[in-house]
Amino acid sequence: MKSIKMLTSLLLIGLLVFGLVLNTGCKKQAELVTLTFAKSGDVVKLDPADVTDGESVTVMDNIFEGLIRYKKGSSELEPCLAERWEEGEDGMSFTFYLKKGVKFHDGTDFNADAVVFSFERQRDPNHPFNKYGKWEYWSWCFNEIEKTEKVDDYTVKISFNEKFAPFLTTMAMFTVFIVSPTNHEKWGEEAYAHPVGTGPFKFVEWVKDDHITLEKFDGYWGEKPKIDKLIFKVIPDASVRLLELQKGTVDGMEFPNPDDLEKIKADTNLTLLTQPGLNIGYLAINLGEDTPGFDPHFKDVRVRQAVYYAINKNDIVEHLYKGTAVVAKNPIPPTLWSYNDDIVDYEYNPEKAKELLKEAGYPDGFETNLWAMPVARPYMFDPQKIGEAIQADLANVGIKAKLVSYDWGTYLDKTEAGEHAMCLLGWTMDYPDPDNILYVLLDQDAATVGSAGNVAFYRNSKVHELNMLARTTFDIEKRTEYYKEIQRIIHEDIPWVPLAHSEQMIVFKKNVKGFALYPSGDYHFDTTYFEK
Amino acid sequence: MRRYILRRVVELLIVLFIVSIIAFLLIRLAPGDPAQVIAGEHATQKVLEEIRERYGLNKPLVTQYFIWIGNVLKGDLGRSIRTNEKVLTELLYRFPNTFELSLFAIIIATFVGVFAGIISSVKRGSFIDYLTMTIALFGVSMPVFWLGIMLMLIFGIWLNILPISGRLDVSINLTRITNFVLLDSLLTLNFRAFIDAIKHLILPSIALSTIPMAFIARITRSSMIDVLNKDYIRTARAKGLKENIVVYRHALKNAFIPIITSVGTEFALLLGGAILTESVFAWPGIGRYIVGAVSSRDYPVVQGSILFIAFIVCVINLLVDIIYVFIDPRIRY
Repeated sequence: MKSIKMLTSLLLIGLLVFGLVLNTGCKKQAELVTLTFAKSGDVVKLDPADVTDGESVTVMDNIFEGLIRYKKGSSELEPCLAERWEEGEDGMSFTFYLKKGVKFHDGTDFNADAVVFSFERQRDPNHPFNKYGKWEYWSWCFNEIEKTEKVDDYTVKISFNEKFAPFLTTMAMFTVFIVSPTNHEKWGEEAYAHPVGTGPFKFVEWVKDDHITLEKFDGYWGEKPKIDKLIFKVIPDASVRLLELQKGTVDGMEFPNPDDLEKIKADTNLTLLTQPGLNIGYLAINLGEDTPGFDPHFKDVRVRQAVYYAINKNDIVEHLYKGTAVVAKNPIPPTLWSYNDDIVDYEYNPEKAKELLKEAGYPDGFETNLWAMPVARPYMFDPQKIGEAIQADLANVGIKAKLVSYDWGTYLDKTEAGEHAMCLLGWTMDYPDPDNILYVLLDQDAATVGSAGNVAFYRNSKVHELNMLARTTFDIEKRTEYYKEIQRIIHEDIPWVPLAHSEQMIVFKKNVKGFALYPSGDYHFDTTYFEK
Repeated sequence: MRRYILRRVVELLIVLFIVSIIAFLLIRLAPGDPAQVIAGEHATQKVLEEIRERYGLNKPLVTQYFIWIGNVLKGDLGRSIRTNEKVLTELLYRFPNTFELSLFAIIIATFVGVFAGIISSVKRGSFIDYLTMTIALFGVSMPVFWLGIMLMLIFGIWLNILPISGRLDVSINLTRITNFVLLDSLLTLNFRAFIDAIKHLILPSIALSTIPMAFIARITRSSMIDVLNKDYIRTARAKGLKENIVVYRHALKNAFIPIITSVGTEFALLLGGAILTESVFAWPGIGRYIVGAVSSRDYPVVQGSILFIAFIVCVINLLVDIIYVFIDPRIRY
């Protein structure tokens, strides 16, 4: 018995020593430049066309590329896998001329076949690979594409069934990143776990809920990345992400805790990057007389002005968004082209609100309802508290709003059906084009009771006319004019009280340089490096 | 014995059948249209229709249940709506992580808890007794989140001797065979991974052990007090046996049945996944997996996981009952 104990102890000690030796031995390997970035959640899938969440997209930004991309740190476009493109005669098609000599990570040539495969598998229900995905974004943003055809090995023609000016912007989206057809033939249904693109980094491994490792792709056609290994480590808790960053086990992190911001700013070893994201959190006032929730008080624009004057947006942003957002005055965010900065926001002025209510014939105010979302969304961290703050602001001028909430699915259903008088909601843009807010959320086309994106049921024919003009011209200057005018009209009509654009935030160690935030929320690490 | 086990297995199947119905209905009773939750604020009617069609959400409930249970009987728990991964594969990947964490936690909890309980019972009514039981009360009421962060600060940052979060250092490559990291690292003779995995286990298992530890300490104390008042203990003392022998050989052995029961129950509870601990320590376990699935209405994942955990809990209960036989010769099946 004793000898067995002895033997076990000896074995254990042996194991320990052996482990320690190995441990030190491994540290002597050639030093690869590795950047570890702490993410808040794991990716859902690694197929760019079949995801809807930021966590997946920000990883795939480094593996895949599209025909067009955003300029570094901007929402403006530049060529990527396409060298150039031209508009068809009637604006009903586009022809893309592809870059030659580009290879996928698996050695497959990038050519027209790959582009046609990447697009058609999403569009054509009879495509052999269509059954492997849900392709949600395709049905949201690419409905205008009739088909994608190969003209020759390096030329692709995309034809439309309707003119859709945001098309070029959507071509920079992750949904239309080009995937390797050979890889998909090899893996079939499991391809989502084995991504192969043309990007600066190639996929190495994905340990679920733990980390994803990418490696510099030596055959990359563009400027090679400055780091050899890129690791995305999943750490769900924001405080723990910060601890790991301070300990030095990770080099950067996303979504810091708002309460930690002061600490981060004070830490000389860290850099905080911030930028308003492509999103909007807003209060919609139901103007749809055909909806069940319509409150006739709001028909009078003076009442809507009173609501606007009554709400203290600065306070909401400072205390409830905890300074992680900027106050909104337009529906579209300030980082987006065509933002109308000439507009002067209505200031917080409860006295003026009371006056306006008196003028409108409600000196003692009135009763109504205000809906607040049950869940935090990227554009609104604490909708219930924001609802309460607005409720108090309104009560202050005599408008007694009852706070209403449902579970998330029901909330969306009921607001789409117009059962509210006022409701809080928001939007994260699919692609950086004003159309994605001004048409999708504020045009009469989107104000169908039961399936409305426009939950204010705001129907202004002038806005509609301008939206349609902007949708059908590819001239960016003209489009800018139209969108500025739409913002002016909306500012006058007040279907919404735009509240805030929440900011993207990333923290890096001081010596990490070269990373740029994109308005679209993409993460590209190809230009990131460590300063010696 | 064989007949007993056979009976228990039949019982287990009945329990699993009932659990399958509850798991199936419970998530469907939650308010809100699942298609709407899955698609979010960008959903168009067309997309909603497609989602309902694709996942059979427009079929009658009974049909949906029988399709599901039919597949389960064939060993197919289906694929996740959100990620398209096979539910069983994912469970088999995540469960070992939860198992290793729970096992470490329950070992710590049992050793410390039993020891504290014994001291408390022997020194009943003394200062030490009150102190131990007060600490145990703290153990039950301490938020895991707070404790986790404190442990990280002390051992991870100030003393800097242990890693803060994760299952394994990201620079370590480990060939997966069974998905049990400790086992796989030994099987592949990857001792660096083994040591690192142990290091990563320490803080989360301490954090996770506090609650079961407190329960076990209290159970041990009351069970020991009960036994120490028995006649045979007086006899043992009267024989002039050393107090240590009386306590550890005579009393503890007889006090063990309720302790084993509570250790078994606590272990089974831990195996259901410790959501908070797993989130704080970025542990890729089953708890995080299920919570993510519940919030995104991922029916196949939620149903499959509940059934899977129910199965594991039943098996552990059975094992505990069998262990009784070896501990207490009076028990015969």
